[in-house]
Amino acid sequence: MNQNDINNLRGKTAVVGLAESGCGMASGWSAMEIMANSVHDALDDAGIKLNEVDGVFAATAFHSMAAMSLSEYLGLKPKFADGSQIGGSSFLSHILTAALALDAGLINVAVVAYGSNQKSIGGFKTISEAMPYEAQYEPRMPVTAYALAAKRYMHEFGASREDLANVAVSARDWALLNPRAYTYDKGPLTIEDVLSARPIVDPLGKLDCCLVTDGGAAVIMTRSDRAKDTKNTPIYLLGAAMEHHHRMVSEMPDLVRTSAIDSSQRAFKMSSYKATDMDTIQLYDAFTINTLLFLEDLGFCKKGEAIELVKNNNIGPSGSLKVNTNGGGLSCVHPGMYGLFVTLEAIRQLRNSAGDNVGERSGGGWIDNAKLSVAHGNGGVLSSQVTNVWGVSETL
Amino acid sequence: MPENLKGLVGPEQQFKNYLSEGKFMIQRCKSLDKFFFHPRVAFPGTGERDLEWVEASRIGTVHSTTCNRRLPEKGGDFNLSLITLDEGPRMMARVEGTEPDKVQIGQKVKARISILNGEPAVIFDILQG
Repeated sequence: MNQNDINNLRGKTAVVGLAESGCGMASGWSAMEIMANSVHDALDDAGIKLNEVDGVFAATAFHSMAAMSLSEYLGLKPKFADGSQIGGSSFLSHILTAALALDAGLINVAVVAYGSNQKSIGGFKTISEAMPYEAQYEPRMPVTAYALAAKRYMHEFGASREDLANVAVSARDWALLNPRAYTYDKGPLTIEDVLSARPIVDPLGKLDCCLVTDGGAAVIMTRSDRAKDTKNTPIYLLGAAMEHHHRMVSEMPDLVRTSAIDSSQRAFKMSSYKATDMDTIQLYDAFTINTLLFLEDLGFCKKGEAIELVKNNNIGPSGSLKVNTNGGGLSCVHPGMYGLFVTLEAIRQLRNSAGDNVGERSGGGWIDNAKLSVAHGNGGVLSSQVTNVWGVSETL
Repeated sequence: MPENLKGLVGPEQQFKNYLSEGKFMIQRCKSLDKFFFHPRVAFPGTGERDLEWVEASRIGTVHSTTCNRRLPEKGGDFNLSLITLDEGPRMMARVEGTEPDKVQIGQKVKARISILNGEPAVIFDILQG
């Protein structure tokens, strides 16, 4: 097999159930309880029994061996498990691994899960070790790393803080249409709101940074032949690829070009679709700079051109690009690792369009006739990049 | 290298030892004639092991820079930058001697060894002129 054969996973597996749990504030619930609750709800959504699950995939900031801890908690004896931890994109890589294991026949039903109660126990939670050659200078990770990238981006392409703020304003406008969003009832943001928010690490202020919430999520995957028999519309994994070039921001080869350039090229190639074919675009927006970088790196515009692309609320509900339609990590939910929520939104949009009841949204919150979604995950400090392309059956 | 590594220290400790002696040393691969940072047991990506320690020129350029906001009672705002050394490699460091939010990308800087949180650390000052 060589690179020309990488489409052999195309359409072989599908997500047949999903759920989120405890998003926002879940005082009195542990991270494990929130995660397990998500799994049971996702299984209910799929109409699949717990004891059919033989593949378990999980990563959290609370469990050093999350897949094993989750399996034990659920009372499962999985034949394959993966708790790989590459930051917030872990779950998009778990989906790739699950697809491989399903396609190889190692397992029949996979669950990919996450849970966090970081907000209700006091704030951002990480199990990251101190970075050698960096920790001594006391960077405020991960914000400092993204601020370094933002500053360099502003320097290279003439971007302003207003250009970054456009991203936060559009994300909030989406959240105002989504009753699940943490900021659903918090009103719109103005550019001035974003610029005048408390500075954290210049050039990023508080509203350039993602929310800090509780929350868990899970998706259930099977091979496509089995998926046809489940009670909801299966959403097929058409393409998936990952790449990473660094762990520490000081080792990042180019602060304004991420390895999402590579992951997205291979994922789109596997899917046989291109960026501009996507009806919805779900990008891991831990900070405003992320959305600009990933719009460019995934191929929606050339490097430096996202500044223009996000102007005039063009990535908001009334714009031409349907980006982060749940409100994103900036305005919907961000329980420490957001990757699975990017995935949920990509799939929910397609299921809603196919007629499944996946919740209520105000006008324009659901994208009409959506058949293809890209979900892009980011982990660490713009480090790990994983792209998944999802489609309804007619896109196979 | 002896298999048991006895009698030696790893490159991370060696780097710190040099700093304690007042020396800012970086590694160079002899066969490639290339410098790299951070210190490693072999050249990143291709694995060459013919390495030597060379005293850095201490001159670099600000590649990116941030002002990290911190309460005055916890020490106040501080600068954190990425510096590209004249030898080529990039490293994280602080730039001092000016307001933490006044450091500019592209400014030339010069390293000195200072003490940060009780440990020797490379700190940069803006090079005038």
